[in-house]
Amino acid sequence: MDKVTEPTLLKKGAEASLQVAIWNGRKVVFKTRLPKRYRHEKLDSDIRTYRTVHEPQLMNAAKKAGVPTPLVFQVDTKNSVITMEFIEGKLVKQLLGSLSATEREEMCIRIGETIGKLHAHGVIHGDLTTSNMIVNKEGRVFLVDFGLGEKNTELEAQGVDLHLMKRALQSTHYRFAEECFEAIAKGYSSAIGEDRSKEVMSKIKEIEKRGRYVEGRKDEAKN
Amino acid sequence: MGKTNKIYCLGIESTADDFGIGVSTLKGEILANASDSYIPETGGIHPREAARHHAQVASTVLKSALDSAGIKPKDLNIIAFSQGPGLGPSLRTGATVARALASYLNIPLVGVNHSVAHIEIGKLRTGARDPVTLYVSGGNTIVAAFDSGRYRVFGETLDIALGNCLDVFAREAGLKHQKGMPLGAAIEKLAMEGKTLVPLPYVVKGMDVSLSGLLTASTNVLNEGKCKLGDLCYSLQEYAFSMVTEVTERALAHTEKKEVLLTGGVAANKRLQSMIKVIAEEHEADFNVVPREFATDNGAMIAWTGALAYMHGLSTPIGESSVRLRWRIEKVDIPWIK
Repeated sequence: MDKVTEPTLLKKGAEASLQVAIWNGRKVVFKTRLPKRYRHEKLDSDIRTYRTVHEPQLMNAAKKAGVPTPLVFQVDTKNSVITMEFIEGKLVKQLLGSLSATEREEMCIRIGETIGKLHAHGVIHGDLTTSNMIVNKEGRVFLVDFGLGEKNTELEAQGVDLHLMKRALQSTHYRFAEECFEAIAKGYSSAIGEDRSKEVMSKIKEIEKRGRYVEGRKDEAKN
Repeated sequence: MGKTNKIYCLGIESTADDFGIGVSTLKGEILANASDSYIPETGGIHPREAARHHAQVASTVLKSALDSAGIKPKDLNIIAFSQGPGLGPSLRTGATVARALASYLNIPLVGVNHSVAHIEIGKLRTGARDPVTLYVSGGNTIVAAFDSGRYRVFGETLDIALGNCLDVFAREAGLKHQKGMPLGAAIEKLAMEGKTLVPLPYVVKGMDVSLSGLLTASTNVLNEGKCKLGDLCYSLQEYAFSMVTEVTERALAHTEKKEVLLTGGVAANKRLQSMIKVIAEEHEADFNVVPREFATDNGAMIAWTGALAYMHGLSTPIGESSVRLRWRIEKVDIPWIK
C-alpha cells in the first residue's frame, strides 16, 4: 500500500484540482481532473481520460528533449489522477512583474530556449502561459500542464503554440508583453535554429491574420 | 418637465445584417430599440445587399425609434454609431446616417466599438459590474475581462465565430432563416430532439478554441446521411458549447472574478446558458445573461455605450469617423471603469 499523508489543496484550477501530500516519503502533487457537470457525460469522460493519459507521455517526451518537467509517479486513468513530483519554486506569472528589465529579458530568453527545445523534439505544449512555468532555486524553468499538448512537428502547431504564449503575455502581462515576446523569440531561435525560428514567426503572423477581426488581415478599406 | 432635462443619445448599429437604432439617456434608461434585419434569400450575408437593405430602412427605423422614445430629432444631444468591427458596406451605411444626423443637428458624434457595446449593454441590463464576459455571435467569439483601462481578451476563436459555425451548418442542412427565427434558434430547436452524441472534434488550444474543423466534420457527417439531423444538431451544440464553456471557465479561474456575463446573439441559446451557469456556480460567481432583445445586434447598446463614452469626454470628430473594419476590443480605452 502507498503511504500517504492527508492531502492539502494547493489550487483549484478550471480543469483540475491540485493537492499536495507526502506520498511514500516524497512531496507530491495529485492532479485530479474532476468531472465537468456542464459537459455531456460521455464527452466529459473521454476528454478527461484522454488528457490524463497524454499528459504524462508528453511530460516524458519533454524530459527527453531536455526540458525540465515534474517526475510522474503514478497515473490513475479511472479517476483521472496523476501523481507527480512537487517542484519547489515560483510561478513565472508571479515572478515576472518583480524583476528588473534585464532580469526579465534573461528569464524570457530562458523560456524561449525551453520552448525551442520542446518544439525541436516534436512536442507541442498546448497551453503556454506564465502560470504553467515554475522557476526553481537554481533558475531552471519547469513546464507543467501538458494536458492540451500533442506530439507534432508541423510548423502550424508550433506557430499556434507560440501564438498562445504571445496572447497570454498580452492579456496578463500587457505592460511588457512585447519586450517579453521578443526575448522569448530570441531564446527560441537559439534553441531551434534561426531558419526554423523565422518560419515559425512568419507562421504566427499568418495565424493572427486568420482571426475574424484582426488589423492588417486584408487591405483596410477606406472611409 | 423631465424630458427637457434629460440628455438623449441616439445609437446606430449596422455592423452586419441588422440595422438598429436605439435611444438611451445618460443614466442608461433605454427609451427605444428599433431594428430591421436583412434576411438573405439564399446563402450568408451579402455585404452589398445588406448595406442596400440598411439604406432602404434607415429612415423608417429612425422614425420608429424616435416615436417610441417620444422625442423629436431636435431633442437629441449625442449621435453614437458602431464604428467597427464589422462588414465594410454595412458599417459605412450606418456611419453615413450618423454623420448626416450629427452635422444636421450640430451635435457631437461618438464612434463606438461594437464588441464593447455588447458587454456594456449586458452589464447595464443585468447589473453585472466586473464580469468575465463570453461574447458569442455570428462574427465574434471572445472571452474578455476588464483590467487596467481596457477589456483584455483572454480567449477567442482561432478561426470562425461560434454563430457562424452554427449558421453555416444550418444552411448546409437546408434550414432557412426566417423572421423571428434565426438559424441558431432553428438548430437549438432541432437539438432538443437529439439524444445520441455523435463523435466530433473537440479543439481547445490554451484559452482559444478552433471551430472550423468542427464545422467541416459536422457537415461531412450530415452529407453521409446516416445520422438524424436532430442528433447532429445536438452533438454540434454539445461540442461547440463545451469548448467555449471550458475556455470561459479557465478565464474565470485565471482572473478570479466573481461574475460571468453571457452576451451576443448566441447568448439566447438555453443550452449554452445552462453550461455557463454551471461554471459560474462552481466558481462561486454570479451568472448573468443579457436579455434576448439586447442579445443580438441592437441600437440600444450603441446608444448606451455612446452615452458612457460621451460622459467621459470622448467624441469622434467627423474627420476621424472612418469605419474600422477590424477594430479589436483590446485597442479601446475604457475610461468609465475605474
